[in-house]
Amino acid sequence: MSNETTLIFQHSRPGRSATAQAPKPVSEDQLSAIPASLRRKNKPGLPEVGELEVVRHYTNLSTKNFAIDKQFYPLGSCTMKYNPRGANRAAMLPGFLNRHPLAPASHSQGYLACLYELQNFLKEVTGMKGVSLAPMAGAQGEFAGVAMIRAYHEARGDDARTEILIPEAAHGTNPATAVMCGYKVREVPVGKDGDVDLEALKEACGPQTAGLMMTNPSTCGVFERQIEAISKAVHDAGGLLYYDGANLNAILGKVRPGDMGFDVIHMNLHKTFATPHGGGGPGAGPVGVSQRLLDYLPTPMAGLDEEAGDYHWIDTDTLPTSIGHLSAFMGNAGVLLRAYFYAMVLGREGMIRVGEYSTLAANYLLKRLEAIGCQAAYPERRASHEFILTFAKQAKDNHVTALDIAKRLLDYNQHAPTIYFPLLVPECFLIEPTETETKEAMDDFIDAMAKILEEANTNPETVTEAPFTQPVRRLDEVKAAKELDLVWSE
Amino acid sequence: MSEIPADLRYRDSHEWVRVEDDIAVVGISDHAQDAMGDLVFVELPEEGVVFAAGDEAGVVESVKAASDIYAPVSGEVVAVNEALEDEPELVNNEPYAGGWLFKIKMADSGELKEMLTADQYQEQIDSE
Ligand SMILES: Cc1ncc(COP(=O)(O)O)c(C=O)c1O
Repeated sequence: MSNETTLIFQHSRPGRSATAQAPKPVSEDQLSAIPASLRRKNKPGLPEVGELEVVRHYTNLSTKNFAIDKQFYPLGSCTMKYNPRGANRAAMLPGFLNRHPLAPASHSQGYLACLYELQNFLKEVTGMKGVSLAPMAGAQGEFAGVAMIRAYHEARGDDARTEILIPEAAHGTNPATAVMCGYKVREVPVGKDGDVDLEALKEACGPQTAGLMMTNPSTCGVFERQIEAISKAVHDAGGLLYYDGANLNAILGKVRPGDMGFDVIHMNLHKTFATPHGGGGPGAGPVGVSQRLLDYLPTPMAGLDEEAGDYHWIDTDTLPTSIGHLSAFMGNAGVLLRAYFYAMVLGREGMIRVGEYSTLAANYLLKRLEAIGCQAAYPERRASHEFILTFAKQAKDNHVTALDIAKRLLDYNQHAPTIYFPLLVPECFLIEPTETETKEAMDDFIDAMAKILEEANTNPETVTEAPFTQPVRRLDEVKAAKELDLVWSE
Repeated sequence: MSEIPADLRYRDSHEWVRVEDDIAVVGISDHAQDAMGDLVFVELPEEGVVFAAGDEAGVVESVKAASDIYAPVSGEVVAVNEALEDEPELVNNEPYAGGWLFKIKMADSGELKEMLTADQYQEQIDSE
């Protein structure tokens, strides 16, 4: 591993440049379109470095990274599956890359056809009646979904609905979304077996209920068995059901949210459909809706004139009830193409195998980890595509926390799972191996965990002081959160 | 083993109350701060706001999580601990002293009886 600890700016020397990246000279003529008041007066503070320095610097940095291309990456709820290279190649065909976002539909038929087919594929696989690809992340898909719920109630003059119900295990983006859309959040408790407390839910439903946001399989890593009763309770109260599709991977080709009674869903293409993510993006969070929300879908969408056989954009001029645009142009266009390629290559049978192998992998890993002494949070439940362990005992007996074990895993060259989520399980790991990992990769992880559990008993400092082999030791997370400083200055 | 002073009352959502005449001083328990981890931010109510028992009154945020704080009793907020703005770690270091959050002038001191005693709170933690 490299010892690179410098910033690119520290390599800067006056006068050095990389010819390949140097800007082309601009004539006064070309500049005249930009008003003088908006032109910058001094040069931007960019580093002055030669091409070799740049290549070497970033190559060295990249080798320090923990990444799906280098390590097992069982980050629960994030579905860090392999991102097929073929999808990149397809999305980078010159016809796609060079298409200007303002190009007319007549020059964009191939691109529009891909989007149209992707919309249809997602409709089919989720059992929804309409799909819009516009949202650019799961969280933005949530925002679009709840905005549609609001539009639906408002269009009916049903404006006494002020609350969104959310199970306590939910991802933080769910309550944040509800609040962003102007709703109050009412938490619904989750029982000891990981299922929603149905009685409490029924009690919470009423004329004030705008809807329920649910993840299924839930963030507890189990399939919500009472989903039909839940769906009925919310619908009977006049509310709508929102499906957070972050965990869609587990049920692909097996169960469809539309058949479970959900009115609106988002999918994380960067999870389930294998587009690259990590480090914050770029994502894609398409939304799917049932019949009653069709009129509110965000634009643009791809449409097909079946008679003429050409594709066109559907926008607010023809769909005035839409909640509108969520971004300039068509979301993260390149990500959508990668997901399209993935969907077409896997097809219907492939989707079923994704669901089967991701749950098989999770259940194998769970059983083996239990056998070496890990405590499952829901031992009587079968895992979905992910599962929760709790290290409350280690924390109590040896003062070794989930954070310590996560840090120690890095020394064993394993990316740590998601930790401290969901919040209701103390000292937890949320582990998601995904279908693209081999048994050998999982066995390596199990061996590492066995060693760490042993260390926690016999030599806890090796765990509580970890990591020892990384470029940095423990980071000061409190300082990072309180004094966030991302701007380089001399 | 977390500290649970016998002279305080507790809520199952981990707030504590110390009674000083008709004023309830509110904080979060040692157990709660320990479970949250190092706090980085505390959002407190404004003075003069009137709460019913159980209302959301603030937020504590740590490197791991953000968690709502509920008003344990009804009444008006008469003071908030401004020191926490710069030093949220006071809640970690002295949860029952310098880390108090806010003070409520109680509308009905009878509500205190509905809160947990130290023993009952200990039992709740053990069963978690
Ligand atoms: C359960 C759940 N819901 C929603 C989201 C939000 O998705 P995104 O990160 O794409 O905004 C996530 C993401 O991590 C998640 O795990």
